Amino acid sequence: MSSTLSTTPQSADSPATGTARVKRGMAEQLKGGVIMDVVNAEQAKIAEDAGAVAVMALERVPADIRKDGGVARMSDPTMIEEIIEAVSIPVMAKSRIGHFVEAQILQSLGVDYIDESEVLTPADEVNHSDKWAFTTPFVCGATNLGEALRRIAEGAAMIRSKGEAGTGNVVEAVRHLRQIKNEIAKLRGYDNNELYAAAKELRAPYELVKEVSELGKLPVVLFSAGGVATPADAALMRQLGAEGVFVGSGIFKSGDPAKRAAAIVKATTFYDDPKIIADASRNLGEAMVGINCDTLPESERYANRGW
Amino acid sequence: MTAPTHPVIGVLALQGDVREHLAALAAAGAAARPVRRPDELAAVEGLVIPGGESTTISKLASLFGMMEPLRERVRSGLPVYGTCAGMILLADKILDPRSGQETIGGIEMIVRRNAFGRQNESFEAAVEVSGVDGGPVEGVFIRAPWVESVGAQTEVLAEHAGHIVAVRQGNALATSFHPELTGDHRMHGLFADMVRAMPVTRSR
Repeated sequence: MSSTLSTTPQSADSPATGTARVKRGMAEQLKGGVIMDVVNAEQAKIAEDAGAVAVMALERVPADIRKDGGVARMSDPTMIEEIIEAVSIPVMAKSRIGHFVEAQILQSLGVDYIDESEVLTPADEVNHSDKWAFTTPFVCGATNLGEALRRIAEGAAMIRSKGEAGTGNVVEAVRHLRQIKNEIAKLRGYDNNELYAAAKELRAPYELVKEVSELGKLPVVLFSAGGVATPADAALMRQLGAEGVFVGSGIFKSGDPAKRAAAIVKATTFYDDPKIIADASRNLGEAMVGINCDTLPESERYANRGW
Repeated sequence: MTAPTHPVIGVLALQGDVREHLAALAAAGAAARPVRRPDELAAVEGLVIPGGESTTISKLASLFGMMEPLRERVRSGLPVYGTCAGMILLADKILDPRSGQETIGGIEMIVRRNAFGRQNESFEAAVEVSGVDGGPVEGVFIRAPWVESVGAQTEVLAEHAGHIVAVRQGNALATSFHPELTGDHRMHGLFADMVRAMPVTRSR
């Protein structure tokens, strides 16, 4: 198992699996695309037919997790397997934060990506899972650059801004993506002397901070998540710098999921063409109702989970 | 008109790892640009079809009226290079297509999607490619397809573990793996040379 980026294979006879390049490269293939939450095989097929680049298999979409309350856990393996059987696009699934046994189960099921997700109830309030220990790549949420870099240091191969899942309200997704992008832009201007202090302030490894300063971007793919409900929302996140979007409750909690799913895919590809986004936005039926995030009590904010 | 040494090469930018291909093409001496619309397609001398999700790219191409223009230009000899999903799109036939999944075609071959397995089986390995000097290239295979069988006109350039992973037919080149994810730009160099070898008669 590699915990470094040195990934040169020795010979044609010894193929190397689970390398950082293979894990991060997988996310590169998803860029420009939409990853959709689905709760069964039928929804997974609708998502695939609409042009989703991947599906997230889970038992309840975040809007229902909010409504139902209680502890939210990894989904039933049978349900995840049914979804893997139903589609040919990659299948992701969620583990609780710090619940590395759920992650081990998901890896054994053959899911293509594991989302160590704040949408589920955290299993560990101090530690996230050691993601280098897995062949399956991980995506993790972040509200700011320091959080993103801590997850990457733990082995995350893809980052998504957290937003506030299950609200149908894009305001937190915008806040978190802007925060990450602004902090990256600031690092761009720092000289070497300043990078050490910046690393301390960000509570992130110096090497990663330096890398971001040089690249002007994260060393892994950055998607947006949490609150995208319309084609315009998706295009907004892309124009703000997200390389793709996760859509959770927004699709299957709406009036016409197939149509809305296809419309969000279109708007994500042609995010800078208002005419196409306008056309995609016509006659979609009812959007999910949505929740105003400023009336959401702190204890019900998923974005506060993880650190 | 661009100087022939810096051919204008597009990257189909509907979905996938477009930025990496643009960077690799620039490093190989091409003037690289993204292509999403028919008029942008008409202005390039060569085209890369990137890695991504083949079902998504094929759907978006049909949806936005790109499928027919793509077929027409490939048929009329436009140099094209497909990696992974791009290889699938250049195949005349997919062994296990999703319902309604269309391809551009151009290479007489049958491909098997995700043939090397799911993400857990994705791997890196050194690959000897015929026509590429200087030792094997670093092959990054991600949920990669392989070529099940080829036609009489198709030249096999590389194999891995007994399966065909790189082919060429006339002006069309395809690899199962992703050279754009490595710092090794020899495959893109090979393709840029294919574009340079074309007479400069580009539809504008």
